[in-house]
Amino acid sequence: MNAGQTLIALWTLVLKEIKRFTRIWPQTLLPPSITMAMYFIIFGNLIGSRIGDMDGFSYMDFIVPGLIMMSVITNSYSNVASSFFSNKFQRSIEEMMVSPMPNWVILSGFILGGMARGLGVGIIVTMVSLFFTRLTMEHPLLTILVVVLTSALFSIGGFINALLANKFDDISIVPTFILTPLTYLGGVFYSISMLPDFWQGVSMLNPILYMVNVFRYGFLGVSDIPVGWALAAIFAFIVVLFSVALVMLERGKGIRS
Amino acid sequence: MAEPALSIRGLTKVYANGFQALKGIDLDVQQGDFFALLGPNGAGKSTTLGVVCSLVQKTAGSVSIFGIDIDKDFAKAKYQLGVVPQEFNFNQFEKVLDIVLAQAGYYGMSTREALPRAQQLLTDLGLWEKRDGNARMLSGGMKRRLMIARALMHRPRLLILDEPTAGVDIELRRSMWEYMRRINQDEGTTIILTTHYLEEAESLCRNVAIINDGDIVRNTSVRQLLAELDTETFLIDLAEPVAETPHVEGFELHQLEPTQLSLLVHRGQRLNDVFNALSEQGVQVVSMRNRANRLEEMFVSMVKGSNQGAIDQRADASSGESSDAENRESRS
Repeated sequence: MNAGQTLIALWTLVLKEIKRFTRIWPQTLLPPSITMAMYFIIFGNLIGSRIGDMDGFSYMDFIVPGLIMMSVITNSYSNVASSFFSNKFQRSIEEMMVSPMPNWVILSGFILGGMARGLGVGIIVTMVSLFFTRLTMEHPLLTILVVVLTSALFSIGGFINALLANKFDDISIVPTFILTPLTYLGGVFYSISMLPDFWQGVSMLNPILYMVNVFRYGFLGVSDIPVGWALAAIFAFIVVLFSVALVMLERGKGIRS
Repeated sequence: MAEPALSIRGLTKVYANGFQALKGIDLDVQQGDFFALLGPNGAGKSTTLGVVCSLVQKTAGSVSIFGIDIDKDFAKAKYQLGVVPQEFNFNQFEKVLDIVLAQAGYYGMSTREALPRAQQLLTDLGLWEKRDGNARMLSGGMKRRLMIARALMHRPRLLILDEPTAGVDIELRRSMWEYMRRINQDEGTTIILTTHYLEEAESLCRNVAIINDGDIVRNTSVRQLLAELDTETFLIDLAEPVAETPHVEGFELHQLEPTQLSLLVHRGQRLNDVFNALSEQGVQVVSMRNRANRLEEMFVSMVKGSNQGAIDQRADASSGESSDAENRESRS
């Protein structure tokens, strides 16, 4: 395929992915908006007013960046996991496999589709949050960079999950038992400076902590961890996981007999 | 001579569980041919085609499509290839038009280029009116035609049809035959067809390979195969019931119903002799037809013979290895 044809193939796949999640918007775009509105009302307004300040900010202002990031992570991941697995399950993945489209285009198409949903939901949740607080952004470029990279990283994660999955249960195990606990313990609702030293050390092993903190730094200008390190770690994870996913795809893992 | 549309050499496939689906097959399909690949379930037809279109990874051997080795430039080879699989493999929740346009996009065709092509193919296959409907709302026959339209979007020179008319009613099957004949004859598209309807292969195809138990047991022209047919069975309908089976010297007659006989005719025997003898016995024939499709008789006897050989071999061996049937079971 020449460059023009490759670009058409990639755009076709991305557009197809966007059409998929917008077609089923009551399943994909509406639920996170409602859930996050509940978080803002209950944790931000009702309970948050009794908690007081967190790292020098109102509790509502503190949790908004974390909740936006949580939506981006879960939606990026689940979009690719469910879409790719559904393609495997319905065998429509064969449409792509018989075509001359290179594997990196297939992988990138699904990742960009996952990012479109993750970032789309992120924008919706940000807009919902504006009903509850006035958002300010200390470092807009850094905020955008970190959310885009995080969305890419978890889209790749969802792809690998779907490649390895044999049944629909297999694509809900990771989000339920790994992603959700790591997100909740990743400093979305609290600053790790509140924790005893030992648990602060344990928290530092949680990669989601770094993403939430850098994202919050972009909004508020405060972070529990060094921003440069966090960005480097996210970028390194993306390179490693993209390579792993591509090798698995080249070998036909889970899709070729 | 032009490169074969498809050339397979020593193709072997051993699945992860040890089942050998293909045992080093060689096969050539010439450009412009209408070729039938026949064989019983689990014989290796779909595995062979799966390797050709990259859905199955081969263990050994080589495959070239119009002279392009798939190990060297599979992407280029794939441009020559259109695939209509045995099972529906499109997203049932997508619109008909979106499905064919997306497939064109995967081959690098812009929407501007693909849309007129989609309109022409969907119109030819009677689906244009359904273009904005969800694919899951289509009937079984329409879904099959949708897969044919999808496979032809990028104008492939080799079209692989894996049981394209399975579950399709007779009228629709005939119209699909016409369509396939047209793209083979008018557009010069080489077609490889697998089918269980041997009448289909006899009616459409010029050449045939019979695959059984991972080996090609026969590869010849349909005409040659039919010329080798030694016997043919006819069903004879009688005007009046007969009390006992009439006897005709040199022919095997069996009574199936009070007014129906089966007649086995060997090569060189004359049907006139039967009619004369029946007439002399006061038996009036009102109609006669083939009991089964001629190719089907040949196919059954060939596969039966081949399987009998395999069974004999297994009976001789005392290794206690599991049978192919068990292997197939565990593979599925």
